[in-house]
Amino acid sequence: MTAPEEFMVRTDNVHKSYGHVEVLRGIDLTVERGSVCVVLGPSGSGKSTLLRCMNHLEKIDSGRIWVDGRLIGYRQKGDKLYELKDKEVAAQRRDIGMVFQRFNLFPHMCALENVIEAPTQVKGQSKADARRRGMELLDRVGLADKAGNYPAQLSGGQQQRVAIARALAMDPKLMLFDEPTSALDPELVGDVLDAMKDLARDGMTMVVVTHEIGFAREVGDQLIFMDGGVVVESGHPREVLANPQHPRTRDFLSKVL
Amino acid sequence: MTEPTPSATPLPRQAEPIKAIPVRHPGRWVAIAVIAVLVAMFVHMLLTNSAFEWQFMVENMFKPPVLRGLLGTVSITVLSMIIGVLLGVVIAVARLSENPVLRGVSWVYTWFFRAVPRYVLLIVMGNLGILWPRLEFGVPFDTYLGRLFGIEDANWRLFGFTTRELLSGFLVGVLGLALSEAAYMAEIVRAGMLSVDPGQGEAATALGMSRGRAMRRVVLPQAMRVIIPPTGNETIAMLKDTSLLIAVPVTAELFFQLSAIGSRTYLIFPMYVAAIIWYLFLVSILLVGQYFLERRFSRGHGRTGAAKLKLEGLAAEHGVNPELP
Repeated sequence: MTAPEEFMVRTDNVHKSYGHVEVLRGIDLTVERGSVCVVLGPSGSGKSTLLRCMNHLEKIDSGRIWVDGRLIGYRQKGDKLYELKDKEVAAQRRDIGMVFQRFNLFPHMCALENVIEAPTQVKGQSKADARRRGMELLDRVGLADKAGNYPAQLSGGQQQRVAIARALAMDPKLMLFDEPTSALDPELVGDVLDAMKDLARDGMTMVVVTHEIGFAREVGDQLIFMDGGVVVESGHPREVLANPQHPRTRDFLSKVL
Repeated sequence: MTEPTPSATPLPRQAEPIKAIPVRHPGRWVAIAVIAVLVAMFVHMLLTNSAFEWQFMVENMFKPPVLRGLLGTVSITVLSMIIGVLLGVVIAVARLSENPVLRGVSWVYTWFFRAVPRYVLLIVMGNLGILWPRLEFGVPFDTYLGRLFGIEDANWRLFGFTTRELLSGFLVGVLGLALSEAAYMAEIVRAGMLSVDPGQGEAATALGMSRGRAMRRVVLPQAMRVIIPPTGNETIAMLKDTSLLIAVPVTAELFFQLSAIGSRTYLIFPMYVAAIIWYLFLVSILLVGQYFLERRFSRGHGRTGAAKLKLEGLAAEHGVNPELP
């Protein structure tokens, strides 16, 4: 076994159940620093749950998850595990950005306020510094002119790009994307994917749950196909997409391609 | 993108506005006639029934003790609402916390104060002096502890008050109403916080905010829209419930003062009418305030509000950035 420090993300035999339903049934996974890992799979396969376990939005039942070499949600002393306090979990999450399917922008704040909220409140950045950096980030996702708009005044694609800028404002080491384009009108998907590609080119480590096969092929370094709570197949996206080995993967790809 | 063809935009055609005979509503006219007769009967009674003693009422409803009572009613309403809202928020947050002890305590609190009628609560609080003639602070269970160590009559008290001195009628009244109000406000605040999309709290904590900060900065401000309208109703109810303070008793209160004049002069009914007029006046002022408050907090929300904001945004977009999609 390799040491967890070598990877940005490593999961070791992760299990998670909701009541009687076992959603994750032993996930082993590694994501290299600076790489893009795309997670594919039918709905209910546990891909979103896996993502939410990586920043401890969901507690896992067994196994281990390390991000940047740090055990997520727990501290290990000898062979005993200690739960982390709310504040310590919050500190771990600062390094992990997350983008949600439903954007989840704060509706009572304008775009720029959304972006600078966490840096000023959590990191204690000065308002002036945070605004300068916030405007840079909004400019980067092509929305500098929308800084004063409220989420209700933005299209879905614009909201999602603000959400990306908001996550980036914390300077995360890892970005998690939970079906970032699934709630968008088809003509708005492109802008969001472009922002994500731009991020990947800059060397951001990303784990992306998506149905965008084109994105996986173009940007992904690693593709994971999940079904029924296990990783059915993984490998380089171009190889897996061109030549799927497992019948479930073949079946799924034949339906979405 | 396909090339737009020159003939693609058809010209709008002229149209004749619809001129139709509206539906008739004979039922409305019948209702108007019935109501007019009833109103005429009511006004006739007001003017001819001598038991109203209008002149006596007007002379007495602005007397200094009544005006002091009015001030008491307003200040008790304001004070007990402020305490009630603050305590209610604390209890609601405790109710939704992950700490099982806080959850249990806040549940018991709301259970107790919602189960006991306000009038009964105020009577009981007014008679606390029977239970404790003196209130003293010190080591709990001191006599028992003392006996445990062989000391008879241990009395480890720091300071104390005579209950009647500490708890004036005014204070008991404010406390009783506030404690009871806090239980209702806790339920209102809790409902408001639960109405906020759970994704909001998730997004805030995913950014590295602690649960408390996420609550304060993200969830509570959005819950305000749901919390404000029922809080207005609670304030109106509180204003009216100050008339229950007669149970404590609190004397610096509107209804007490008006009935006192009535009992003294044996003209009780005109003073009750005066009370109705005063309460109508005070509640009307609150209703105006509530209207503006609700309008302020529902901005950009609901179907029409959100649509309006979106349209404003679109208009601004076309004005500033015509090349955008």
